[in-house]
Amino acid sequence: MAEDFKVIVFQVEDEEYAIPVDQVHAIERMMPITRVPGTPDFVEGVMNLRGVVTPVIHLRERFGLSRKENGDHTRVIIVAIEQMSVGLVVDHANDVLDLNESQVEPPPEVVGNVEAEYIQGVAKVGKRLLVLLSLEKVLSKEELLKLEATEGPK
Amino acid sequence: MENNQYLEVFIDESKENLQTINDQLLQLENTPQDITIVEEIFRAAHTLKGMSSTMGYQDISNLTHKMENVLDRVRKEEISVDSSMLDVVFESVDDLEAMLVDVQEGGDGAKNVEKVVVKLQNIEEGRDPSVSAASSSGEESVSVPSQEFQLDEFVQAVLAESSEQGLHNYHVTVTLRNDCMLKAARVFMVFEVLEQLGEVVQSRPDAEALENEQFDHAFDVLIVTDKDIEEIKTKIMKVSEIDKVEVQNYSLPPSEPETEEKAEQSEEAKQSEKEKAVAEPPKKEAEDKNKKVANKTIRVNIDRLDDLMNLFEELVIDRGRLEQIATDLNNSELTETVERMSRVSGDLQSIILNMRMVPVEQVFNRFPRMVRQISRDLEKDINLEIIGQETELDRTVIDEIGDPLVHLIRNALDHGIETPEVRKEKGKAPEGNLELKAYHSGNHVFIEISDDGAGINREKVVQKAISNGVVTREQADNMSNDKVNELIMASGFSTADEVSDLSGRGVGLDVVRNTIESLGGTITIQSELDAGSTFSIQLPLTLSIISVMLVEVQKEKYAIPLSSIIETAIVSKEDIMHAHNKKVIDFRGKVVPLVFLGDIFEVPEELEDDGYYSLVMVRKGDKMAGLVVNSFIGQQEVVLKSLGDYLSNVFAISGATILGDGQVALIIDSNALIK
Repeated sequence: MAEDFKVIVFQVEDEEYAIPVDQVHAIERMMPITRVPGTPDFVEGVMNLRGVVTPVIHLRERFGLSRKENGDHTRVIIVAIEQMSVGLVVDHANDVLDLNESQVEPPPEVVGNVEAEYIQGVAKVGKRLLVLLSLEKVLSKEELLKLEATEGPK
Repeated sequence: MENNQYLEVFIDESKENLQTINDQLLQLENTPQDITIVEEIFRAAHTLKGMSSTMGYQDISNLTHKMENVLDRVRKEEISVDSSMLDVVFESVDDLEAMLVDVQEGGDGAKNVEKVVVKLQNIEEGRDPSVSAASSSGEESVSVPSQEFQLDEFVQAVLAESSEQGLHNYHVTVTLRNDCMLKAARVFMVFEVLEQLGEVVQSRPDAEALENEQFDHAFDVLIVTDKDIEEIKTKIMKVSEIDKVEVQNYSLPPSEPETEEKAEQSEEAKQSEKEKAVAEPPKKEAEDKNKKVANKTIRVNIDRLDDLMNLFEELVIDRGRLEQIATDLNNSELTETVERMSRVSGDLQSIILNMRMVPVEQVFNRFPRMVRQISRDLEKDINLEIIGQETELDRTVIDEIGDPLVHLIRNALDHGIETPEVRKEKGKAPEGNLELKAYHSGNHVFIEISDDGAGINREKVVQKAISNGVVTREQADNMSNDKVNELIMASGFSTADEVSDLSGRGVGLDVVRNTIESLGGTITIQSELDAGSTFSIQLPLTLSIISVMLVEVQKEKYAIPLSSIIETAIVSKEDIMHAHNKKVIDFRGKVVPLVFLGDIFEVPEELEDDGYYSLVMVRKGDKMAGLVVNSFIGQQEVVLKSLGDYLSNVFAISGATILGDGQVALIIDSNALIK
């Protein structure tokens, strides 16, 4: 039996992405963010999320897209995997959808401009194409450490 | 029975009981004639036995039982206390501890304890414990259904004791009416009456069967009381639906060891809480109460305290804003209210911080046992003195400090204190002294471990350090004694001529130093040859709040821990000198390198250069550096927070804190900036 699950839908550039709702803690407006030196460019910094210092990463840059000024619609999606809480800066976040597992297809060879390894699958809902993100890959610590080693100061 | 909800209580209390046994055994060793100590141990062992059998941990219960038998004979002065006997008892306590740990980790507390059981048995029977006689009687768990009460040794002991005290043992047979609807309820009521009258020692069928109504209409109870037969009868008859009550004097059957063994196996398995209630004879209850009065506590998960702390900080930030608004509006009522709120929240803060504090006793507790064991292994006489165990420390520090202390104590015993023969030669008392002392001073807690042993031999340390390539001869000759002492904490160092089991593998002291430094503490050594050494550990009172100096680097705010700052200075650009392409200054006659935080942290440049440098002079050991910042904001107490798991290894940043305006400021790890 394919199961139904809820996803949060958000936009980065022109594409729509989805994360299962149970991985999402909160959606916040932009807040002051403190830059953390010696981290890769896509790490925006840390912010104060109700008393907890939370790292924030910029999804546009994580996906290798050019940086864009934050606008009114910019949101920070707070996601939590394996005890780790991280904020993702996205262009737009305004939708919650019900998906059925049968709607999810494996990622096609070439999907937009996001490197395929972050993609868990794609789902077609009406005319919309949602890209299901694999948070474990997006927030991979190994990759972060590798990047820190090359970019960070000695 | 669903035991999970009791499991935690069981583990905690059992640990307490084991600790009591441990402590008292050590005391007993010093004053073997003191039978009150044996009583104390006996009581703790007894509670442990009762609880573990209630919880269904038979192995723990059985081993405790064997231990109890030995203690009982000591109590009756049939066995004398000597160290070989205590060794066996200690060994069984160790096994019990191991079993308890197993239970705690979700196991069933089972362990093969045959060896120690045989030893205990030997002592009990008055033989040399080291002889591994195959005398353990065939313990089959055969449940013999019989009309007579199956009494284990403990119950027999209670009964025997009660007759000595002039109490009566009665055998009460209660028959319920044939039409009784709620048998269990009536049984319960009867038991309630009986428990008011005296102590129910045993029932047949057992309490569990009674609760489940697994009996016809009659049941038997053994009770110890000072009331007479008639009173018992009339009181029980007051419970409705009772057909008949018979009360007879009960006398102990002549003891038959063979049946006893069996009885113990079958009965103990079924012992219920009823049984446990009897575990402590009434005359001792008063003493117990006295002891427990001082300890009214609840257990709270540390995560919850952290949550509370986080929420409280939010409150503090909002308070800051309110204060600002109140000053701006200049409304006296508002100002007054905000002021009161500030005071209340100040009190609240100290309470919350205090909740995280626990006495260092928790760590110190295990040392007497350890010292005893090690000194026996090393054949040294050691007198351990513990001072200030009530000193409180943050929970997180307590959790970390145990291992370093174990290391230091082992070190003192192994390398520090000499064997009695050597001590005599040196004209010292054969007994070595080890002192463990904790005390508060300012914002720090000090823990000192001092021994009156051999002290540190400078020449030996220097030799070793040179042969290990830690220092060169020239360096060593110029070193002060304290510096040389510090060498023993360098990695890859050991001065013991022979590598012993305990220490001397060259790991250890450097690990100790690293752990303590990671806790924000320092360790220093004072030592005098042949007079002894003192290791002094200085720890921050709490890890969660630290004093920092807030500085601005361009437009970004950073916090530098006050503990590493020597002073601040403002120098003009002309004072900067160059050495090997590096910028340095002459600071009180010393050449100190400058570290440009703006460059290190790649801070975007926004401010104009004004021709002056603001410097924060920091140190690491005796090395110094000047951190170049743009301005000083001031000193502040801040709450230390981690950057989160995602960013755990950021260069030169040890954490973060939230400032009054709600923004996050990073805390600089100045140790990483000094090479």
